[in-house]
Amino acid sequence: MQLHITTDGVPIYLQIANQVKYLVAAGRLAPGEEIPPIRVLAHQLLINPNTVARAYLELERAGVVVKRHGSGTYISDNGSPLARKERLKIISHRVDALLAEAAHMQVAPDDLFKLIKDRHQSMQLEENK
Amino acid sequence: MNASDNSPLIETSGLSRQFGQKLALNNVSLKIPRGRVFGLVGENGAGKTTLIKHVLGLLRAESGSVRVFGFDPVTDPVAVLSRIGYLSENRDLPPWMRVDELLRYTQAFYPKWDPAFAEELRNQFGLDPAAKIKNLSRGENAKAGLLIALAFRPELLLLDEPSSGLDPMVRRDILEAIIRTVADEGRTVFFSSHLLEEVERVADDIAMMFAGEVVLTGTLDDIKENHHRLILHFESPPAGAPGIPGVLSLTGSGREWTAICNGSRSAVMAGVARVGGQVVAEDTASLDEIFVARAGAKAARKE
Repeated sequence: MQLHITTDGVPIYLQIANQVKYLVAAGRLAPGEEIPPIRVLAHQLLINPNTVARAYLELERAGVVVKRHGSGTYISDNGSPLARKERLKIISHRVDALLAEAAHMQVAPDDLFKLIKDRHQSMQLEENK
Repeated sequence: MNASDNSPLIETSGLSRQFGQKLALNNVSLKIPRGRVFGLVGENGAGKTTLIKHVLGLLRAESGSVRVFGFDPVTDPVAVLSRIGYLSENRDLPPWMRVDELLRYTQAFYPKWDPAFAEELRNQFGLDPAAKIKNLSRGENAKAGLLIALAFRPELLLLDEPSSGLDPMVRRDILEAIIRTVADEGRTVFFSSHLLEEVERVADDIAMMFAGEVVLTGTLDDIKENHHRLILHFESPPAGAPGIPGVLSLTGSGREWTAICNGSRSAVMAGVARVGGQVVAEDTASLDEIFVARAGAKAARKE
C-alpha cells in the first residue's frame, strides 16, 4: 500500500481515507488484506499517528476496513458493493467536470449524450476490427 | 499530578511582555493539552521564542501568568526543567566538548537518562562519539541537541524552530523524533516553526502568532474544516476588493478573485451574491493560505 500525502489543502486524514478507498476500488488492495499498523504508517508517511488513527476510524465507519481484536486492520470482505459505490463516485466526479466543461463551451447536454454514445460506438468498432 | 490528568500541561493566561518600544507578547492565553503535538506558527519576530522562554522560566511574566505541569517555571525551575527536553533555536552546545563528553555531562543532570536509548539515537543520527561539537556540521549539531533533549524521555519535548536552516534529511530525523515521542509513549510535544508544511504533517493543535498576539488557535482538523478557498467570478469587474462578511482575505483583479474565508458557508455565499459575484470553485485552504489571510486581517485592523 503506497500512499502519497500533500499539504496543499485537503486534510491529511481525508487524503489517507480517500486513497485507501481508491486502492480498494481499483483492486490494488484485496478483501482480507492487512493494512499497516497506525504507528508504522505514521513513520512511513512522516505524519502524526493520531491522524492515521482518525483515517482508519473513518474507513472503519464506512465499512472499508475491519479491526480484528488484538491483531490488526484489514480490508473488509464485503468490499464489493462498496467498491462499486466508490467506483461510481470517482466516475461521477469526472462526469461533473465534463458537464461543466461542456456548459462553458456551449455544448448542450443532449449533444453531449449523443457524443458519448457516438464515441462509445466508434471505440467498439475499433476493438472489433 | 499524573499522566491521565486532563488539566493542560502548559497554560498561559493574559501573558504580556514589552521589550523597549516593542510589545513582544500581547495578552497571550494558551492551553497546551497533554499527549498531543502542539505547533506554534508565525513569522520570525512574531513572539514565538519569547513565549517559549517564558515556558522555560528564562523570562518572568511581566503581566499575566505561566504554569507548566501546574508550576510557575520561574519560582519552581527544578520541578519544570527536569521534565522538559529542550532544543533551542540557537543550538548553544558547548563547542569544546566531544559528543561522548556532551552525553556524559548531560546525563548527570537527568536521573531518568536512558543510556541505551541515547546510544541508539547516537547510532541512528550517525554521530561520531569522538567528534568535537565545534567541528560538527549544522545538521549534526542539531541532531546532537535533539539527542540530549530526547534521551531522558522527557514528559514534554520543546523544540524552538527545530528545522530552521536544515537539509531535508535532518528535518526528517526531527519529524521522526516528534512522531516517535507521541506515538510510542504518549508524551507531549510543543514546537515552533515557520514551515507550515511540517506543522500540517505532525501537529494535532496549532496556535498562529502575529505581532505578539495569538490570532488563531484550535485543533488542526477544526481549523482546516472551517476555512475555505473560494474562487469568485464577477460578470462585471468590481472597482476594488468588495467587502464580504466571513471573508478573511480577497486577492485578485478583474473578474476573478480568490477568497479565503471561514465560518458558515451559506453566509459567505449570500455575501458573495450580494456584491454580484458567483462562486465558481471551492476547496479547502492550505495552512499557508489561512495564515497569510489571518495575519493580513490582523495587520489591516491595526492600521
